[in-house]
Amino acid sequence: MKKVLGRIYILIIMLFLYLPILTLIVLSFNEAKSMSVWTGFSLKWYEELFRSKIMMGAIVNTFSIAVLAALIATVVGTLAVIGMSAMKQRQVNVLMGFNNIPMLNADIVTGIALMLFFLMVGMPRGYITILFSHVTFCIPYVILSVKPRMNKNTDRLFEAALDLGASERYAFRRIVLPELRPGIMSGFLLSFTMSVDDFIITYFTRGAGINTISTLIYSQVKVGIRPSLFALSTLVFAAALIVLLTVNLRQSRADKALAA
Amino acid sequence: MGELIRLEGIVKSFDDTVVLKGIDLSVEENEFVTLLGPSGCGKTTTLRIIGGFVRPDEGRVFFDGKDITDMPANQRPVNTVFQNYALFPHMNVGENIAFSMRVKNKPEAYIKDKIKYALKLVNLDGFESRRIDQLSGGQQQRIAMARAIVNEPRVLLLDEPLGALDLKLRQEMQYELVRLKKELGITFLYITHDQEEALTMSDKVVVMNEGYIQQEGSPEEIYDEPVNAFVADFIGDSNILSGLMVDEKLVRINDIDYPCIDGSEQGFPPRTPVDVVIRPEDIEIKPYGKGLFNGTIISKLFIGVHYEMLVQSEDGEIEWLLQNYDQHDVGEKIGMYVRPENIQIMQKPKSEAESAIELDI
Amino acid sequence: MIAKKRYAAPFIFWIIAGTVIPLISIAYYGFTSRSGGFTLANVAAMFRHDHMQALGLSLLLAFISTLICLIIAFPMAMVLRESKYGKQGFLIFVIILPMWMNFLLRTMAWQVLLERQGVINGLLGLFGLPHQELMNTPGAIILGMVYDFLPFMILPIYNTVSKIDSHLIEASYDLGATKFRTYTKVILPLSVPGIVSGITMVFIPALTTFVISNMLGGGKINLIGNIIEQEFTVNSNWYLGSGLSLVMMVFIILSMLLLRKFDKTGGENLI
Repeated sequence: MKKVLGRIYILIIMLFLYLPILTLIVLSFNEAKSMSVWTGFSLKWYEELFRSKIMMGAIVNTFSIAVLAALIATVVGTLAVIGMSAMKQRQVNVLMGFNNIPMLNADIVTGIALMLFFLMVGMPRGYITILFSHVTFCIPYVILSVKPRMNKNTDRLFEAALDLGASERYAFRRIVLPELRPGIMSGFLLSFTMSVDDFIITYFTRGAGINTISTLIYSQVKVGIRPSLFALSTLVFAAALIVLLTVNLRQSRADKALAA
Repeated sequence: MGELIRLEGIVKSFDDTVVLKGIDLSVEENEFVTLLGPSGCGKTTTLRIIGGFVRPDEGRVFFDGKDITDMPANQRPVNTVFQNYALFPHMNVGENIAFSMRVKNKPEAYIKDKIKYALKLVNLDGFESRRIDQLSGGQQQRIAMARAIVNEPRVLLLDEPLGALDLKLRQEMQYELVRLKKELGITFLYITHDQEEALTMSDKVVVMNEGYIQQEGSPEEIYDEPVNAFVADFIGDSNILSGLMVDEKLVRINDIDYPCIDGSEQGFPPRTPVDVVIRPEDIEIKPYGKGLFNGTIISKLFIGVHYEMLVQSEDGEIEWLLQNYDQHDVGEKIGMYVRPENIQIMQKPKSEAESAIELDI
Repeated sequence: MIAKKRYAAPFIFWIIAGTVIPLISIAYYGFTSRSGGFTLANVAAMFRHDHMQALGLSLLLAFISTLICLIIAFPMAMVLRESKYGKQGFLIFVIILPMWMNFLLRTMAWQVLLERQGVINGLLGLFGLPHQELMNTPGAIILGMVYDFLPFMILPIYNTVSKIDSHLIEASYDLGATKFRTYTKVILPLSVPGIVSGITMVFIPALTTFVISNMLGGGKINLIGNIIEQEFTVNSNWYLGSGLSLVMMVFIILSMLLLRKFDKTGGENLI
């Protein structure tokens, strides 16, 4: 009885989560522009999507910003964790307090604050300001993923390596870095997705001429939804599905190897 | 056999706590030396200073006559078996053992032979390609040993290496360690808070407390002739009592006079307050009234080979701890006797450091 | 001992340039009048009738959607906890997947469903039922919020609930507690850290959103986020916008402090 109830519950939640997405996917193949009448299968909205220079430009911007922001944030964040391991606990606490601000603060406040900052220093808003802002909100995620891996155990392994004759550089490269690697990887991935998904901060820190996928969708939805956006939704969903599936499969294979 | 390691006047503090308050220690070549003491006594810091992970505030470290105080850890001719082993989790057993040799760019064929040799030595032949997380605690311990010895150090530093193992395995490993030391013919500097480990394996035991060395000597010396109440209390069970010398060979405890011999040796003049240590196995049971003093058995516990009893003195002031092979009943009135040579007379502690502290081990 | 402090320098630069100075600039603009002098008017403007109304509505809608998320998420987390290991992984995957889709697209999906010419009305029409005005209502906004933020409530709660030692629950039954009592006295208190971070992760974005209200409220329902956004993008009155942001920040900080009181771990489970 309880099991059945649980299953029904899961089913309802799944329907709630996926029916809207499914609707978009179905409509993306609809020939008509209508949102309620099915007139036949067509790929013309995909064509429209790929023909749109604005859309393609936005996609390129989104991903290039995401990759760059994630890279910079990962480097800065990882270095920060290493630097913090040499500091006194009090100093670390202060830095971590500041580190939490962009994470806990509302995006709209972060966005506005950065926008005002760029205005004050007279920096024209565009690609660079978006990138800077994305790095700002990505760093905390990198630090929170890497920092737990830099612990007493890491220190001990480092010492063991020195004890066995390794130089500090060698010990760092061969022992500490591999210990941090999973944290660095997940920090990078988290940053990447946060950056791709961001709308609000980009919205405030972008200039007039530049769009990411998010800002483009927002401006298009305002004037009226075109079915090419359904096509975009379908593609984004498919991409997410593929990426997550690969990550999960690799993960579960690693788990299995561990269990064996 | 010559002196291999010498510590001179080592002082070390962390933040505001002084951890080592002047340590002088000498370790002979091929000796098995154990630093023994409760947690926080400074034994691990001492080891880390020798290993090169901690710089002393004062004092020098000598190795084979050379001052190595400022030598970095990776150049010291010592290797460490770490507490919890510190095996590299992303490398397999063979890679762990090979680490120090790869650092030195030794030829792969040599490395392969050396891994085989080391694994054989620790009785884990064929474990080369196992992953670290596939090993049991005891196996990890052996791999940590193997990894530390392939470098052919002249001294192996062992930081509570058996601490994480269960009792039975710990006892097995004690034999293993002694065997290994014999086969390798190198010096072991061992750290533990377990007095049994220290007594069974070592050539020399160094008892530490609160940043001082309390006593050093052979296990027998430490056990039979503790220099103060702390050592007596830390090494084995004992009855530690306050006494007063009434004559050169007579000590008074709680209104009863006990003949002893130590008093004269160490030269305590009459009327000196002293600490008296009597090991529980040294108290002989006599019929009631036939001993030096009398008491009533208030509890009894069978511990495998012998019985352990608490006996209350007649005036109710003292509870004696006794160990005896014969069974006696709770409530029984008995007489007790201690041979003069089994009564340890010790100076009352002058400093806080020498006092018997509450041990929570 | 591995590291040198100077490795943290780029990070400290980013904290100063990306967080500290920008927040100071909000404070600067918030307390400065258009003519350049010090003023409290921008902050006090929150008490203007229309602003108060927007703030009140924001708090109300954020509260309702957070509550709905919580009510849905807790049983979900428990069901997840009790399902088999492999299935659990799959279900988590299914919950995370929508989070990876751009939230504007997800919000747009509801627009498509709810619109006058949208899917639901289309279906209603098929059955000969009258059209419903679903869009541009507070209900639509709540629906959007719940849909967008629900995973952020489920995941932290699941994280803590899944870590509860089942021996504790067995012990509770063993000591004679009923199912209800076990839930209220053992499981619920142990899941507080997850619930608290779930609430923070839903309430704050819901309170400050302007996107969902714009897309599903048709620009007719103003939340405090919309008002601030318009000051920056439409009216170009950064001073007023900053002043209002400052007040909103106070509400955010207050709600977080309030939540912290319940969570002794201090928000360590935030992600």
